[in-house]
Amino acid sequence: MSTAVTLNNIVKRFGTFTAVHPLDLEIEQGSFLTLLGPSGCGKTTTLRMIAGLLDPTEGDILVKGQRVNTVPIHKRNLGIVFQSYALFPHKTIFENVAFGLKYRNVPKAQVEEKVKAAMELVQLPNVGDRYPSQLSGGQQQRIALARAIVIEPDVLLLDEPLSALDANLREDMRVELKNIQEKLGVTTVFVTHDQGEALAMSDNIVVMRDGRIEQVGSPWDVYNRPASEFVAQFLGASNLMDVRAEGAGAEKVAVELPQFGKFEVDTTQVPKGNASAKGKLVLRAEKLQLSDTAAKAPTGHVTANGTVEAVDYLGQSVRYFVHVGDEKLQAINTVGQALFDQGAQVQVHFDPQNCTLLGD
Amino acid sequence: MATIEQSEKRAPWVLLSPALVTIALLLVVPLMFIVVYSFWLRTSVGGVEAAFSLANWQEALTDRFYRDILISTVRIAAITTILCAIIGYPVAYFVARARGVNRGFLLLLLMLPFWVSYIIRTMSWINILGVSGALNSLLLAIGVIDEPIQMLYNEVTVILGLVHFLLPFMILNTYVSLDGIDRALEDAANSLGANPMQTFWEVTLPLSVPGLAAGAVLCFVLGAGTYITPVILGGPTDAMFANLVFEAIITQLDWPLGAVLSLMLLVVLGAVVLTYNRFMGLGQIAKGIG
Repeated sequence: MSTAVTLNNIVKRFGTFTAVHPLDLEIEQGSFLTLLGPSGCGKTTTLRMIAGLLDPTEGDILVKGQRVNTVPIHKRNLGIVFQSYALFPHKTIFENVAFGLKYRNVPKAQVEEKVKAAMELVQLPNVGDRYPSQLSGGQQQRIALARAIVIEPDVLLLDEPLSALDANLREDMRVELKNIQEKLGVTTVFVTHDQGEALAMSDNIVVMRDGRIEQVGSPWDVYNRPASEFVAQFLGASNLMDVRAEGAGAEKVAVELPQFGKFEVDTTQVPKGNASAKGKLVLRAEKLQLSDTAAKAPTGHVTANGTVEAVDYLGQSVRYFVHVGDEKLQAINTVGQALFDQGAQVQVHFDPQNCTLLGD
Repeated sequence: MATIEQSEKRAPWVLLSPALVTIALLLVVPLMFIVVYSFWLRTSVGGVEAAFSLANWQEALTDRFYRDILISTVRIAAITTILCAIIGYPVAYFVARARGVNRGFLLLLLMLPFWVSYIIRTMSWINILGVSGALNSLLLAIGVIDEPIQMLYNEVTVILGLVHFLLPFMILNTYVSLDGIDRALEDAANSLGANPMQTFWEVTLPLSVPGLAAGAVLCFVLGAGTYITPVILGGPTDAMFANLVFEAIITQLDWPLGAVLSLMLLVVLGAVVLTYNRFMGLGQIAKGIG
């Protein structure tokens, strides 16, 4: 696999404010990479630097091995889909999609063919004569995508393209977007603050915070093996508990929690360098199970007793807030299991293999 | 008792009634008088005599003198409008692209001329272009010319004065349009391969046409109806149509002819406004003024 985009120590400052701290990133040819983080984390700034809409203060940007810092945006051959769609309101849908081809000396017959193919790909083959204002938000989004891919860009840049859509439509669109991306095999950089989108669509996720990268990894990695407290909190619901660890570097790390007692965590579950004497145990809310105090926990699980403090019914699942000793823990259980009421005495249990450790 | 629905329907009319009464009394009624006058006859002592005569209309519509001045009025207004568009567009673009405090300051500068009487502003050109004015003095002092040049009192200075007067209307209208264009559209055009010049022609300019057109209609209508500028900055042969109306009514005391001439100008300008409304909608002008 070759590298499509390389960011080499890029920095972006606005006056005295540093939006992006020295940042290195390699994006593999054909992969789908997501920049994920809360607003103000520098993800959009990073995307705009790749796009050429912003100049990095320092560092190099390489596309297919060529430095593009000084290449103006109209010569970069990138497809960008904007949050606001940015369709030209005074042009028909056909003219919108064909816009980029006009500057690429494509023969007229081929223009029609390519536009038609792009519009079929986004499943809107029959709206060529209409104007953007005559389409719904979701349709405009598809056309914006068609317009960006028809030029066969080296990189497809998506700036929160789904955030303006309704919740249901958003989920449909993300499946479709991912399908189209896979079909075309185009290297894609996707910016979002929505962890669901990031987890569902990406080959790799870059979690950012305050202009720095917190973690780069596959969706599975960043979700199950968060490298920092921030990542653990930002993606899904997690319980973080202070622990003391022993035997760092060995096959197993022994940890002790006052409520659950001593147990062992496999070192393969722990990112390198994180098994220090003092640290935090990360336990996903959905890995913590509730059961009757009398029930027998599955083998290997560690258990403790607690009191249900609040119940948050979510439809397919229930979120419990449980007091266990001094800790207040979250547990997300499926509804298939017995439901507990507020104030109920319960047993909580989890498999230590589902935990990971963070260094102090 | 009136239902809520009924009273809700009535509310806009209640609120609008002061404005509607004012317009009716001060605009519609006088206009009706003018229409009636246009068919009356002038008496030898300068009064009017009720009649139904088409003589005034016949005179105004067949006399080449009136036709020529109407054409030159339209020409002057058209040239003024085009100049305002050419000069005003870059300014509007610059203001629309300015940020924060700068933009407020620039908009304030645009409003500033309105604080000084239009007549004073027009007369200031006499001090600049007059025989003993600033420009002549400068040229004499640096030895470019030996004696003062007569630069004032011709069609060019009339147009100059009109551009000076009307430019802010054009700039403000165009600014509103430009300011409303999503910058992402230009970014999108750039990213698709259009260079900045192509982006301007393909995206920015077409999308700013509504503001440009609104500014143009204002400039044209105000320019074609102007009375003061040709009086102050024009020569004896540079009269515009509004001057004829003044001449007929005030100097010759010929109210019926003045009424006919007023209505002719109204029809021409009304046609321009209606054409504009057909393509752009009058709401655009309200945006620019508001």
